[in-house]
Amino acid sequence: VSGSGFTPAGSHSAQNVAAGRAHAPHTSMFVRMLLRAAVLRRGRAASALFAMVVAAAVATAMLNLYVDVQAKLRREFRNYGANIILVGKDGASLPANALAQAETVLAGRGVLAPFALVVARTGDGQSIVVAGADFDQVRQLDRWWSVSNWPSAPQQALVGVRALAAVSPKNQPFDLEFQGHTIHLTSAGTVRTGAAEDSRVYLSLPEFVAWTGVQPSTIEVAATGSPEEIATIMHQMEQAIPGADVRPVRQIMEGEARVLGKTRATLLAAAALIILTAALCVLSTLMGWVFDRRRDFAIMKALGASDRLLNGFFAAEAAALGAIGAIVGFVLGIGIAAWIGRANFHAPVVPRFSVLPFVLAGSMVVTLLSAILPISLLRRVQPAVILRGE
Amino acid sequence: MFVRLVYESFRRQKRRKLLAGAAITLGVTVATAMIAVATDIGDKMNRELRTIGANLLVTPQEDTLDVEIGGVNLKPPSDGAFLSEADLPKIKGTFWHNNITGFAPVLPVNVTLERDGKTENLTLLGTYFAKKISFGKEEFTTGVHATHPWWKVSGAWPDDSSRDVLLGERLAARLSAKTGDELALSGRQLHVDGIVSTGGPEDDEVVGPIALAQEIIGKPGAVRRVYVSALTKPEDALGRRDPKSMSGPVYDRWYCSPYPQSIAYQLQEAIPHSHAEQIRQVAQNEGAVLTRIEGLIFLVTLAALFASALAVSAAMATAIFERRAEVGLMKALGAGRFAVASIFFAEATLLALMGGLIGFAAGGMLAQQIGRSIFNSEITISPVLFPVILAIAVMVTFAGSAAAIRKAVGLDPVFALRGEL
Repeated sequence: VSGSGFTPAGSHSAQNVAAGRAHAPHTSMFVRMLLRAAVLRRGRAASALFAMVVAAAVATAMLNLYVDVQAKLRREFRNYGANIILVGKDGASLPANALAQAETVLAGRGVLAPFALVVARTGDGQSIVVAGADFDQVRQLDRWWSVSNWPSAPQQALVGVRALAAVSPKNQPFDLEFQGHTIHLTSAGTVRTGAAEDSRVYLSLPEFVAWTGVQPSTIEVAATGSPEEIATIMHQMEQAIPGADVRPVRQIMEGEARVLGKTRATLLAAAALIILTAALCVLSTLMGWVFDRRRDFAIMKALGASDRLLNGFFAAEAAALGAIGAIVGFVLGIGIAAWIGRANFHAPVVPRFSVLPFVLAGSMVVTLLSAILPISLLRRVQPAVILRGE
Repeated sequence: MFVRLVYESFRRQKRRKLLAGAAITLGVTVATAMIAVATDIGDKMNRELRTIGANLLVTPQEDTLDVEIGGVNLKPPSDGAFLSEADLPKIKGTFWHNNITGFAPVLPVNVTLERDGKTENLTLLGTYFAKKISFGKEEFTTGVHATHPWWKVSGAWPDDSSRDVLLGERLAARLSAKTGDELALSGRQLHVDGIVSTGGPEDDEVVGPIALAQEIIGKPGAVRRVYVSALTKPEDALGRRDPKSMSGPVYDRWYCSPYPQSIAYQLQEAIPHSHAEQIRQVAQNEGAVLTRIEGLIFLVTLAALFASALAVSAAMATAIFERRAEVGLMKALGAGRFAVASIFFAEATLLALMGGLIGFAAGGMLAQQIGRSIFNSEITISPVLFPVILAIAVMVTFAGSAAAIRKAVGLDPVFALRGEL
């Protein structure tokens, strides 16, 4: 690049050199000055660039986290289980196709599990609630269930910790009776939840239906997505299954909304503070750098450079620094965000390229500001005064 | 001479010192605010998570099985054991009473509604709405207000000493009853104060003061269950251990940590013949969510500390770099490397202390502002943090200046004075 204005010595006459220089594009000198400024004062240019990179990286990471944290926390909240419950209207059981319909509507946007419940009698005549459920689905939906061993073979039941004392205190096989039909069961393991499940006996759904003839009366749905998306799913389910009453689990929805909102607000406040600090750091480093080069400035001015050219020169320098810093910082910031995602949420934070324009624009504004401010101060001073070192 | 040099440097270079001081102040402000937010976020989020409902349940120890489907209890109301209402204030006498944000006893009873000559069986849920209770000298208010904050009432909440009731939303729609109506329930004329909407089984029930439910089944002081809402710490390996298998010191540590298990254990001790257990759906997930949020804010705080350290060191480096002519002069007059370095370090310490002081105060105010605008409650910064913050400020300022000072003392006085570096 530096050779573009010159021709090899000796091969042409002085006239040619002059002509060559005259025809050389004007920008080449401009570009050369920019490059020389960066190369000659490597240390300070590097420290200015470093500040810019760090600021852009921190800004990118914070913005990325801010955009992504909602999705991450929603996933955590889905561990609370169902946020929508389908029950038969007016106490009736659900229509036979309800489960298939609900699965079609959900289309992978969450998990669901059907439950069928009856009151049966134990061998000594005590009333007990027996439930039929699909154990694989329950495992996904209700992760907080503390289960000693999931049933795997036929005629095995999952017995609540409190129900165990009533049906099988010595872990012996037991009989349950419902409307004259008796079923013979063994206990595969116990379930502890601290709630109503502790007093129940769970069977696999096909066995339950074969024994009682009762179809599922409740479908619990854990739908993922924003409140609007969940409202849409609920609406679609109401349309698809007219015989069902679709109810939101309000405490889960409200708690989720509150915690998410507050976390995002806190993160936004933190991001604002951090970005402000980083921007000020860039501003002070860059202003120091530009101020330091007041001699260059004075020489250029003394040699007849116009104010416009000088402004352009320092602005171009700042813009180049801002752009390089922003892009390197962006890549670094994505890395930091991904690491935080992995360390804290055990899932990578997806890179959001929508953040890039903001980081780029912000970097430009900060670098231009930190170049223009000292220049406008220096412009008022005579070059001679600066060159004398006063 | 040393003191005079430092003093004069501050007197004469007010602008530069002000700039460096401002950078330090800003850095410390951000760091203090973020540390304050990070130390308090667990508690704040814990309170927000209480919106999801009670995380502990106290039941009678020798109870018969619950026969409950879809929230409707099919067990005969007089069957099984009861807790005594008189024992409930003792909940506030446990070790972790400050962590218990509220509790609500419930007593579901069967009632018959007589209406237009027909009768219908309904469930009346007796509970506390916002009852004033005193334990020792302490007075507090508790009830479903605190433990079930998602309940919405149109109309008015009944008074706990009245005989007024709330009607569940779906029940009210079915009966086309409204606020202000009179209902004939099990031979009593009861006034409907409002319609309650919960999204749960209560929507099909009548909710009234617990004394009314006790009167209906003729068991004064009887309570079926108590829902307790407590601020807990996410459980870890120690929290999951069985207290019976612990040795003395481990047991003390377990007992004095607000794990769901240890609070449940203490509730069981406080209320005779009771069995307390965590509601795993709430308690377990709460721990997971809290750990994530705390971890996130901790990492963000690290980023904030890093950014403010960088800002401080950038400002210090610029300030020292601008004074290389001065360094050249000092060295030309015979000052050693040590003398030059100690002057700069003394200046840096002074700046750091002043910046740290102002920054700590400003950061405290900022944290308070954040707390008030996001959580509607104060985030107070503990004075214990003050020396820590000051030490961090001095350390960061030192670290930031070290490279610049090293460069400055290594300068050749001739070049420095000619301004050629």
